[in-house]
Amino acid sequence: MTEPPYTVTALPTMRPPGCPFDPPEELAQLREQHPLSRMVFPDGHVGWLVTSHALARAVVADPRFSSRHELMHSPFPGAISAERPPPAAPGMFIGVDPPEHTRYRKLLTGKFTVRRMRSLAARVEEITAEHLDAMERQGPPVDLVQAYAQPVPALMICELLGVPYADREFFQRHALALNNFDAVPEEQYAAYVALQEYLHALVLAKRATPTDDLLGDLAREELTDEELTNIGVLLLGAGLDTTANMLALGTFALLSHPGQLAALRADPGLADQAVEELLRYLSITHTGIRAALEDVELNGHVIKAGESVALSAQAANRDPERFADPDTLDLHRQATGHLSFGHGVHQCLGQQLARVEMRVALPALVTRFPTLRLAISSAEVPLRTNSDIYGVHRLPVAWDKE
Amino acid sequence: MELEVDRERCIGAGMCALTAPEVFDQDLDDGRVMLLDSSPPPGHQAKARRALDVCPSGAITLVSRAGSPADPS
Ligand code: HEM
Ligand code: SF4
Repeated sequence: MTEPPYTVTALPTMRPPGCPFDPPEELAQLREQHPLSRMVFPDGHVGWLVTSHALARAVVADPRFSSRHELMHSPFPGAISAERPPPAAPGMFIGVDPPEHTRYRKLLTGKFTVRRMRSLAARVEEITAEHLDAMERQGPPVDLVQAYAQPVPALMICELLGVPYADREFFQRHALALNNFDAVPEEQYAAYVALQEYLHALVLAKRATPTDDLLGDLAREELTDEELTNIGVLLLGAGLDTTANMLALGTFALLSHPGQLAALRADPGLADQAVEELLRYLSITHTGIRAALEDVELNGHVIKAGESVALSAQAANRDPERFADPDTLDLHRQATGHLSFGHGVHQCLGQQLARVEMRVALPALVTRFPTLRLAISSAEVPLRTNSDIYGVHRLPVAWDKE
Repeated sequence: MELEVDRERCIGAGMCALTAPEVFDQDLDDGRVMLLDSSPPPGHQAKARRALDVCPSGAITLVSRAGSPADPS
């Protein structure tokens, strides 16, 4: 308790003009001088903001910090309601703590191992090839988000959950509407309800006739229909928009760094490292949240029970204490240890699937279209500035036809 | 270097199997860590150390030899 903590009045969200891949500059100053500072949340709550890699990691690994939704204040602009979110619905294990969290997570981890996910690579290759063929047939310009970045992860989630082929068109259409920039909130909500109802019906079908897929396997476990449906909704919600934005923003970043793009084209063996570095550099899941369950002393300050802590993954992933020359995109670097999939017991369950998708889809795209380029100027690319998942709304691309 | 894993702590994130596949694998059924080599040869130690560092749940530890604090090798 040496000196009173520094206070920021809001979560910094303004990226430097003309630098769509860089975090807000204020975060770097905070990380250097006040890696743990007090922060005023939009609802008036005075909580904390963590910007260094070491402290962010320490908080998420510490069981005294909770993931329970009902304890959290949202740091994101627009979250002005003083009403706290309700507790996570049964099965939504991202919003609960151990031991409740552990029960669900244990049922699922066996389905997401490195090995199992790698065995899905062949399916990712087929799906990406089909979509690249369709892009070629359609001809430039094409919106990469709609033509490629969203359908690939959407179909992989169908594979994983065991959505029958006949239903995939329906599933995809609603899944895309869920994250469609042009859709009004009512349309997005209707898509959410449709998917939830669909997953509920699918759960009942899997109970009646178990199939060899994730929901089919889980249907044999001791889970209620509601829990099982919500697990499906969680996987869809956590696995689609994230991966889609990594594919689209990742392509935008590669197109903006021609030297790095050329390196990836020249050496497909670089894909694993490239994916890791893009995850670090882009930090699309830029800010996490935890709530203190008891008073915790950290870095010379006391975080009081009940206070919310915002964790800036994008600041942590650019921490020079952890990554040399952090603001440079360098596909050859060793980027593991980034916090883009989180850390601690909630670290992304789907990360090995996401890795396989990116590792296949990004090289396939850039090798299929050696002259791939933006079809608009980079300043015109619509950015998801107000979303808790960063990315692009659209990415019009073009290429030379043979 | 002597390693130990705590399967109860493990959350099956797979960072270990991804980072040091010669040393760690995941159980096919429950996804939790399996230690393939508790005293990896020098060639695999750097990777094993990196895996220990990135493991999100703190399930991998270096065992200290009798009498000495954590093996610095
Ligand atoms: C590049 C793509 C992805 C990114 C950047 C990402 C990021 C994250 C992050 C940061 C968390 C931790 C949240 C927290 O600590 O509160 C998380 C959790 C989670 N993710 Fe992902 N994710 C991605 C892809 C996926 C995919 C493909 C799936 C599933 C199909 C998935 C399913 C989940 C689930 C179920 C959780 C909750 C885990 C738990 O609470 O134990 N994610 N993800
Ligand atoms: S990295 Fe840690 S949590 Fe993940 S599987 Fe290995 S031991 Fe378990």
